Amino acid sequence: MCKVIKVGMADLAVCISPDSITTVGLGSCVGIALRDPVSKVGGLAHIMLPDSTQMKNNSNIPKFADTGIEELVKQIVKNGANRSKLVAKLAGGAQMFAFNTGNNLVRIGEQNVEACKKKLKEMGIPVLSEDTGLNFGRTVIFYPETGDFVIKSVNKEVKTI
Amino acid sequence: MARFENLDDMSSEYYDVLSELGNIGAGNAATALATMLQCKMDITVPKVRLLDFKDVCSVLGGEEQIMAGIDLMVEGDINGSIMFLMDERSAHVLVEKVMGMPTEQEHSLTEMELSALKEVGNIITGAYLNSLATLTSMMIYPSVPYVSIDMAGAILSVAAIEFGIMGDKILMIETQLMDETEINGYFLLMPDLESYDKILSSLGL
Repeated sequence: MCKVIKVGMADLAVCISPDSITTVGLGSCVGIALRDPVSKVGGLAHIMLPDSTQMKNNSNIPKFADTGIEELVKQIVKNGANRSKLVAKLAGGAQMFAFNTGNNLVRIGEQNVEACKKKLKEMGIPVLSEDTGLNFGRTVIFYPETGDFVIKSVNKEVKTI
Repeated sequence: MARFENLDDMSSEYYDVLSELGNIGAGNAATALATMLQCKMDITVPKVRLLDFKDVCSVLGGEEQIMAGIDLMVEGDINGSIMFLMDERSAHVLVEKVMGMPTEQEHSLTEMELSALKEVGNIITGAYLNSLATLTSMMIYPSVPYVSIDMAGAILSVAAIEFGIMGDKILMIETQLMDETEINGYFLLMPDLESYDKILSSLGL
């Protein structure tokens, strides 16, 4: 039986083929899907904020791009993936409301995506594809078996990256 | 210095106060809307909830439920944001009532219709904030309204991120607003931690 594992906001989980893993309603948050194409072990993180080092309260590891990605990699490797084979796909990082104030928070989606890419680059994990930015929410499902990252949005065609 | 290091150690007395604020605010907003649409509006008893992020999106009937959200940033003596959310059907009914003609498409709104929706949001959240400002004798300035029609999860994540900077929970004062048949909306008032302190102090607590 294939299970569908659900990941909430500021959460992460490992997923082993043939199961799939999903997170619902990504707004400015970013969903990072990682997998090892050989062992077909993967995982998904739903991060909210770019940088744990700039926060006073940073004990919640999956909330931040930097600590969240590190933890996800650690857990995936523990479940049998080869660290050097890992590849990533990204989705989310939208700007839900068209604020145009000087407030830094409004560009949070963009910042989240940048932070994820920076962290992945640091760790030597290539980003194969992404569907980020713009102004709409996304629901994603990731299949570690094939590496398909399926993205659904309101009033839009289902997209696979 | 904020009275609350985090939101967990808030007493039930404070909950009651916040709940009452929600009641007064939403009551005024409902009156404004009822006057504008010339119909009857009811509100529910407010719920003050402290939620984990992962549970936030399930409160309004599921993360994938399509909602119209009108968001206003609040500045002045308190900081935070206020949102008025309603399901897609309610948004259409509301626009039809305000504009006095049927909406053009079933699943999306035109520029003009979105603008009408924003204006309704502006008026009713204005009424909400106005009563709050009068009660607490504080200056509260809302921004212009922003609207987004999307999955509830995606809309609420905007608010969740604001809270995410300070802690791992989100505090919501939720009031449901409905007419006899078709309109069903929610107010969410989400001030930041320091603002709670100011609100409570201004009320002599």
